[in-house]
Amino acid sequence: MAGRRRSAWLAQALILTAVLALAVLLATTTAGHLQERGIRSGFDFLLEPAGFALGESLLSFGPGDTTLRAFVAGLLNTLRVALPAAALALLIGIAAGFGRLADNPLLRGLATAFVTSVRNLPLLLHLLAWYFILTDLLPPGDAPFSPLPGVFLSKSGLALPWWGEGGFEIPQPAGFGLEGGANLTPEYLALLVGLSVYSAAYIAETLRGAVLALPPGQRLSALALGMTSRQTFLLVLLPQAWRAALPPVTSQLLNLLKNASLAVAIGYPDLVSVAGTSLNQTGRAIECLSIVVAVYLALSLIAAAISHRLEARLFRERGE
Amino acid sequence: MPPAFRLLAAAAALALAPLPALAGKTLDAIKSRGQLACGVSTGVIGFSAADSQGQWKGLDVDVCKAIAAAVLGDPNKVRWVPLSSQQRFTALQSGEVDILSRNTTWSLTRDAGQGLHFAGVTYYDGQGFLVAKKTKVSSARQLKNAEVCVQSGTTTEKNLADFARAQGIKIKPVVFDKFEASLKAFFSGRCQAYTTDASALAFIRAKEAPNPDDYQVLPELISKEPLGPAVRRGDDEWFAIVKWTVNALIEAEELGITQARVDSLKSAADPSVQRFLGVGEDLGKNLGLDRDWAARAVKAVGNYGEIFNRNLGADSPLKLPRGLNAQWNKGGILYALPLR
Repeated sequence: MAGRRRSAWLAQALILTAVLALAVLLATTTAGHLQERGIRSGFDFLLEPAGFALGESLLSFGPGDTTLRAFVAGLLNTLRVALPAAALALLIGIAAGFGRLADNPLLRGLATAFVTSVRNLPLLLHLLAWYFILTDLLPPGDAPFSPLPGVFLSKSGLALPWWGEGGFEIPQPAGFGLEGGANLTPEYLALLVGLSVYSAAYIAETLRGAVLALPPGQRLSALALGMTSRQTFLLVLLPQAWRAALPPVTSQLLNLLKNASLAVAIGYPDLVSVAGTSLNQTGRAIECLSIVVAVYLALSLIAAAISHRLEARLFRERGE
Repeated sequence: MPPAFRLLAAAAALALAPLPALAGKTLDAIKSRGQLACGVSTGVIGFSAADSQGQWKGLDVDVCKAIAAAVLGDPNKVRWVPLSSQQRFTALQSGEVDILSRNTTWSLTRDAGQGLHFAGVTYYDGQGFLVAKKTKVSSARQLKNAEVCVQSGTTTEKNLADFARAQGIKIKPVVFDKFEASLKAFFSGRCQAYTTDASALAFIRAKEAPNPDDYQVLPELISKEPLGPAVRRGDDEWFAIVKWTVNALIEAEELGITQARVDSLKSAADPSVQRFLGVGEDLGKNLGLDRDWAARAVKAVGNYGEIFNRNLGADSPLKLPRGLNAQWNKGGILYALPLR
């Protein structure tokens, strides 16, 4: 037994060494080729002024700021849309999963139609459709629609009263649109809705499968105790199904994070969009691509670690 | 996403493949392969775009055809490689194409920083703005706080930011990776202005706008965009061939050598015409080509003026004026280096 473990370790160490050697070989060959062809390379461009502006950003960002700051702003934009979209996807997914299992034929039909229609179209189509619905249907920025006092909806986005530099601000008409308060652009809204709805359909199916895998007695006993079907689902079935559903739901949420990179198709300045622009301004293709690869890898590994801990806790609570 | 994969593949090729042939080897490689690999755009009408029969048409396309005619004796021996703006430099650097003829702006960073040589300017362009007339904007300086739709992967975003800083105004870019999506967003009213090179704006207004009269191109040009073909560094002989073929097309217009008259002009008395057509003096041997190289190039696609009219000017849907792209003695700045 010990011998077998030692040889397994040895094999792994050998493979690791080989992979590392390959990586070093690749890096040095590439650097050599680039130099030989007179192509500037390296990551020094990150500290030079970016030279371009971003349409929206959580960080204050201007063309005079460094390219590094542009990447950070892009990453924050990715997270700004992916995290709320993940929460929304879970909520919609649970609701649709419940609907798929409902006794009420109308509710079941609606949920089935939702899952079928959403799941069978490519995400890019979803995003473009949501985006052009928003920009075609909404009124122009200088004549916004105001469903509530201080809230304005237009082609320039959703403007809300919010805390700004001068305290609590209500959006005011200025120039081509509105100023003050918070503004959620149509690009952001379309991406948020598109990503959450798309992932929700998959989450709904995962939950349905996990609930159906439970012993039927669970549901019947809950109903026999006088629980409503909603109570049965939320208090009895979902908590048990959750354990089986957690790994696939996590990977669905990870997919959501990666799918957020389609943002540039509808004009949202996410990490990939910023990297594309920087690549073109500086010509550092390999550098910009490797930053994107490293960031997505890091984000995915962090998300996987969190999910792993959640799973471990879930199983421990059940005494396994 | 196929474009991203292609870019990755090109980057991998750059990393792994042996260095493409250097010093004079490009010409040998083209001859032994029997084909010129020409990097073009994925579709910019007037410069390089495939028509309904799948034939590539445009000014940048004609430059490659002229070079193929000069080098291989046949303008159709070209392999067209459509490249996105992100892929283009990597494709040239890695040897996937021999020449990049893809409405590319000649700038210091690209020339000196990316291992390229620009062989000349085939079109002097500038960046402008297209606006809907109902926005009541008549000058780019009025675009304060405006949202401007723009396609990524060009020099456009940087020029836009430079212009806004110089004017002390704030302009919000809305950046799309696809040309179609950026146009759709603009025409749906998402942005108050659209920005790209002025030559493309004329086309967009004429062909893509729901009603051209509702839109206008603003008078300001906010940048200089000299467009021209580029080659890899490290092969001076190939660089010279591309450079002098471009010059020959421009010189042919100045000398009055047209596609139709190439053959009959061989008996002309003008010594510069004779030299151009390889009668008597042999300029081609300096380039490693035969004496008919320039005559073949003009015979294949016509002189610069004919190329311009066919693709961008009066005989094209774009109807662009010659403007800066007229000959130096006709009010423009086209000035061919002397072929002698």
